[in-house]
Amino acid sequence: MSVAKPLPHDAARLHVTGQARYVDDIPLPREALHLAFGLSTIAKGRITTMDLAAVRQSPDVVAVLTASDLPFANDVSPSVHDEPLLADGAVHYLGQPLFLVVARSHRAARVAARRGEVSYAEEEALLTLDQALAANSRFEEGPRIYQKGDAASAIAKAPHQIEGSFELGGQEHFYLEGQAALALPQDDGAMLVNSSTQHPTEIQHKVSDAIGLPMHSVRVEVRRMGGGFGGKESQGNALAVACAIAARQTGKPCKMRYDRDDDMVITGKRHAFRISYRAGYDDEGHLAGVEFTHLVNCGWAQDLSLPVADRAMLHSDNAYAIPAIRIESHRLKTNLQSATAYRGFGGPQGMVGIERVMDHIAHELQMDPVELRQRNYYDPPEVSAQGGAAPRSATSPRNFSGKMMPRDNATPYGMEVRDFELHALTDQLLASSDYAARRAGIAKWNAGQKDLKRGLAFAPVKFGISFTLTHLNQAGALVHVYQDGSVHLNHGGTEMGQGLFQKVAQVAASRFGISMDRVKITATDTAKVPNTSATAASSGSDLNGMAVKAACDTIRSRMATYLAEQRQSSPDQVVFTGNVVRIGAEEISFNEAAKQCYEGRISLSATGFYKTPDLKWDRIKGEGRPFFYFSYGASLTEVVVDRRSGENRILRVDVLHDAGASLNPDLDKGQVEGGYVQGAGWLTTEELVWDGHGNLRTHAPSTYKIPACSDRPDVFNVSLYDGQNREDSIYRSKAVGEPPFMLGISAWLAISDAVAQFGEGYPALDAPATAEEIWRKTRRLSHGV
Amino acid sequence: MTITFHLNDEEVVLKAYDPSATLLDFLREDQGLTGTKEGCNEGDCGACTVMVTDGAGAKPLNACILFLPQLNGRSVRTVEGAAAPDGTLHPVQEAMISHHGSQCGFCTPGFVMSMVTAHKNGARDHDVQLAGNLCRCTGYAPIIRAAEAVEDQPVPQWIAKDLLPAPGEAPNMPQSADALAALYAAKPEARLVAGATDLGLWVTKGLRDLGEMIFLEGCADLRQIKISDSEIRIGAMVDMNQFREAIAPLHPSYGEMLRRFASQQVRAAATIGGNIANGSPIGDNPPALIALGAWLHLRRGDDRREIAIEDFFIEYGKQDRAPGEFIEAVSIPRPADTQADNLRVYKLSKRFDQDISAVLGAFNITVSAGKVTSARIAFGGMAGTPKRAAHVEAALLGQPWTQGTVTAAAAKMGKDFTPMDDMRASAEYRLETARNMLSRYYAETTGTAQSVLEVQS
Repeated sequence: MSVAKPLPHDAARLHVTGQARYVDDIPLPREALHLAFGLSTIAKGRITTMDLAAVRQSPDVVAVLTASDLPFANDVSPSVHDEPLLADGAVHYLGQPLFLVVARSHRAARVAARRGEVSYAEEEALLTLDQALAANSRFEEGPRIYQKGDAASAIAKAPHQIEGSFELGGQEHFYLEGQAALALPQDDGAMLVNSSTQHPTEIQHKVSDAIGLPMHSVRVEVRRMGGGFGGKESQGNALAVACAIAARQTGKPCKMRYDRDDDMVITGKRHAFRISYRAGYDDEGHLAGVEFTHLVNCGWAQDLSLPVADRAMLHSDNAYAIPAIRIESHRLKTNLQSATAYRGFGGPQGMVGIERVMDHIAHELQMDPVELRQRNYYDPPEVSAQGGAAPRSATSPRNFSGKMMPRDNATPYGMEVRDFELHALTDQLLASSDYAARRAGIAKWNAGQKDLKRGLAFAPVKFGISFTLTHLNQAGALVHVYQDGSVHLNHGGTEMGQGLFQKVAQVAASRFGISMDRVKITATDTAKVPNTSATAASSGSDLNGMAVKAACDTIRSRMATYLAEQRQSSPDQVVFTGNVVRIGAEEISFNEAAKQCYEGRISLSATGFYKTPDLKWDRIKGEGRPFFYFSYGASLTEVVVDRRSGENRILRVDVLHDAGASLNPDLDKGQVEGGYVQGAGWLTTEELVWDGHGNLRTHAPSTYKIPACSDRPDVFNVSLYDGQNREDSIYRSKAVGEPPFMLGISAWLAISDAVAQFGEGYPALDAPATAEEIWRKTRRLSHGV
Repeated sequence: MTITFHLNDEEVVLKAYDPSATLLDFLREDQGLTGTKEGCNEGDCGACTVMVTDGAGAKPLNACILFLPQLNGRSVRTVEGAAAPDGTLHPVQEAMISHHGSQCGFCTPGFVMSMVTAHKNGARDHDVQLAGNLCRCTGYAPIIRAAEAVEDQPVPQWIAKDLLPAPGEAPNMPQSADALAALYAAKPEARLVAGATDLGLWVTKGLRDLGEMIFLEGCADLRQIKISDSEIRIGAMVDMNQFREAIAPLHPSYGEMLRRFASQQVRAAATIGGNIANGSPIGDNPPALIALGAWLHLRRGDDRREIAIEDFFIEYGKQDRAPGEFIEAVSIPRPADTQADNLRVYKLSKRFDQDISAVLGAFNITVSAGKVTSARIAFGGMAGTPKRAAHVEAALLGQPWTQGTVTAAAAKMGKDFTPMDDMRASAEYRLETARNMLSRYYAETTGTAQSVLEVQS
């Protein structure tokens, strides 16, 4: 079996030799043209005049297009048609594309794009959450509210209450490969598009609307992306549509790639939140009720903001059975880049909210923060299965060493948690990381320090797997077995580095019992597998693995039937393993089997299809079973901070993560390590700064600081939890793309723990906890300023 | 007009070229060598890293901000040339595969070339060697495992041998300081190009036309470090890695700051002369050099003069340099062997490595018989120029070296500086942390302080 093997990434050899081809590396015909957008220089207003004469006269410019030149739909929105490719008169953010330059070189296009003379009637921009709230500038008619029980009264009746509010910044994806697309006009007017996108079908759809052709005339191909992280779910639309329109108009291949600064200024980022909370709890730290208000900075267009904000609400419980909870979410519309999908899709923001509450309560009670969390955990399956939803007093003590009484194990949205792995997982992590002894050792060390303090913190992760828009939970595959026994594999998922192609190929090889070198992985292609969902929501392997399995099994079953028939055997006597097919006592090579089937006129090509079972979700009421299952994990982070400057470092991280029965443990570990570092970066050094005009000041790696090599933890112990998915997923594995990102939350909590050592009060950190933020909160604690 | 260099063992002779064309564009657009990637086009991500060899050895450089004339007489190896001609992979490449060092693969060619170069040079300080390569997927751990795995493997013969071609003859490429002096005096409007780590961005980001350019690459006599009994004279074209090596034994704190100065690739290109002449208020060398009492050797034609480095910086964007005049060298006093090294340089930035300083403080305070006998304190990031903290210095001089003196002196910081708010830091943070740096200096001299970089779990 090829599944469960730690094989390298299928393209690793191509990566290390520079042969792996990305969109910008595809050889082009000499006559190919290059595109760049002219961008707005104000955040809000109307264009009064746009003088593009100098742009047209700039060297090597072939054409300049404005909104009025577009032949069909002027829209690149993934949702509600509120996102024009080129401004239609109104300007909504600083950096919005106003006009499109088509030139003979990338540089010529960029040079010309800066030569536009645009005048505006400027209006007052809404840049902050407060401004948007005051102006009632929002998506949807009012806040969305999900609730369970009566949180207000539960909080009021509880022995203790806390409240607080904090800012939670956005995050630039910083995929190393910027956005890029290439459109090649075909002889019949059809369009072939190569795009760096997580969502080929949406590119196909938007291009087809933009050039007035049915989807059948647009083919989108994606071999690989140089990173996506959600930033290529919808943000590639503009480039692909621009290329297709320009290619249609000029009849020549057109390519567009954003320069890094343009990419950061034009495209959306993770949603910034302000989270306010109130919580009631008892002496032992049992939560009685929690209220959250999420103010979500969605930017200027709706994009995917509603499901992102929904998912934040759906993760406001994280790992805790909260008897009464109310979450109110305001999706505010501002004149900034339109915030978009980013790894975790709102989940991280929701989870930071409740982890902040737990941290705050632990501080108030002076209780071990891990124990506090464990006391509030959902019940494990062995307990929850006993009695189901027995009502439980919010203040009733629970005995964790002995037998547990079942509690109401339903989430705030009414989904029973049937697979809660975190009790055992936490115990295992605390043991392997030597938690108790290290906490004591750190306390002792801190007592002898004036300027430096260490902090230690634990964070659990429970992340819901499935698209909350239920119809997206489907996937298709196309598998061919050729007469020489080689296998050609295609599915709807895209490869952005996560190793999806390899994992799915391992599934195919396992189904046919053949070695990996017999399976050819090919580019995602809308002409091979139609109507695909974005490779997002961590669903890639789950959905596409199952679809490929279905296709392989169809072919395998046809082969088994034929081979058995030929030998007066029965199909259940046919076994595919070790590159051979055994039919009863006879053994032939898989290649020979393929040849015989071909000669026997057996179809060796099949599609496969999968849809996730048992999903039901009403996003207005906030009720149902939006997720097939949950992925779990936990991390423990140790940091040190310097009072004088706020400088800090992550010293040690221990992670135990649940990938179910992993399809490829090494690739999954890679997701966990990388996810942790990216999550920790979000909450520490990655600060987005806009000035008072809505101008993004951190628009390049010189000013926007993702973790560098030495920022990774000095000691970094990552293990996968030995378990399997309790639901019937592909080989009982679990989705692993997004969940580990949230392991990074423990870095932020550890900083909070360290800062708390400098005084009596609660640090109340905002995020990101940059050195300056740490310095500010430390100063407040130690000097009361 | 010819420039000649080797590219993956083949000789390239360019007779017509745009002197502001970058190596990255040349590789990708002219040569079809698309393995070298454009990640940021400003030298901050390392995706375009190539190995460049010259007489001083092999170094990693960012191809995106490297102008073609800078390659004259040198040898370039890209990721396409990392493996042997027969396809045998470099040990680094094998290790990157087996340790899962690539995920999306886009940063990988740059990492591979940084690692190939570090491996060739026998470097094992991987975090330093790779600080200029950003990866968004892996969290770096598997890449470091790969780098460690090949430490003891021999350098493959196809990497060891890189030969250098004879440089081509081209205008505006003087081969000595004298030639430069004559040329620049005759063409004072021309742009001097040293390492191009800043000028490169004028082209790639500013989309500017640099006009006539004079490349200093060939001036070998400007690359010398001369140590006499009384001074250390550093030629203007000494790059920051070379300088770091020279200064670290004398002033370890300065050396440590230079470890964090930009990245290996940028340090390999950036020059001490460029970092000074640029006049940036956030260049990291000037404050340290001011604290050391350094002086500049300026030259125009055959006219030479010396000035204290702090006098060079007049105001933001304005330096004491006449048209046609250039920095030939900078000198710092050589400490006597018996003299204690009192210099401490503190670099404060959002990220430790490869980040522009929010505040850079340099302190050189001498205490005799319990009293401050001299104090040279200078900051970057606190004003429109690198600047001395005159009031703070005055408050220290002649006073007993105590916490009380330090607190009183630090209070004067606001008289010396009115820093600004920007995306790196607020004015308040800059001012307060600058004050705290003085306390830290005091704590270090009295033996109690530690940096977070020295703490281990």
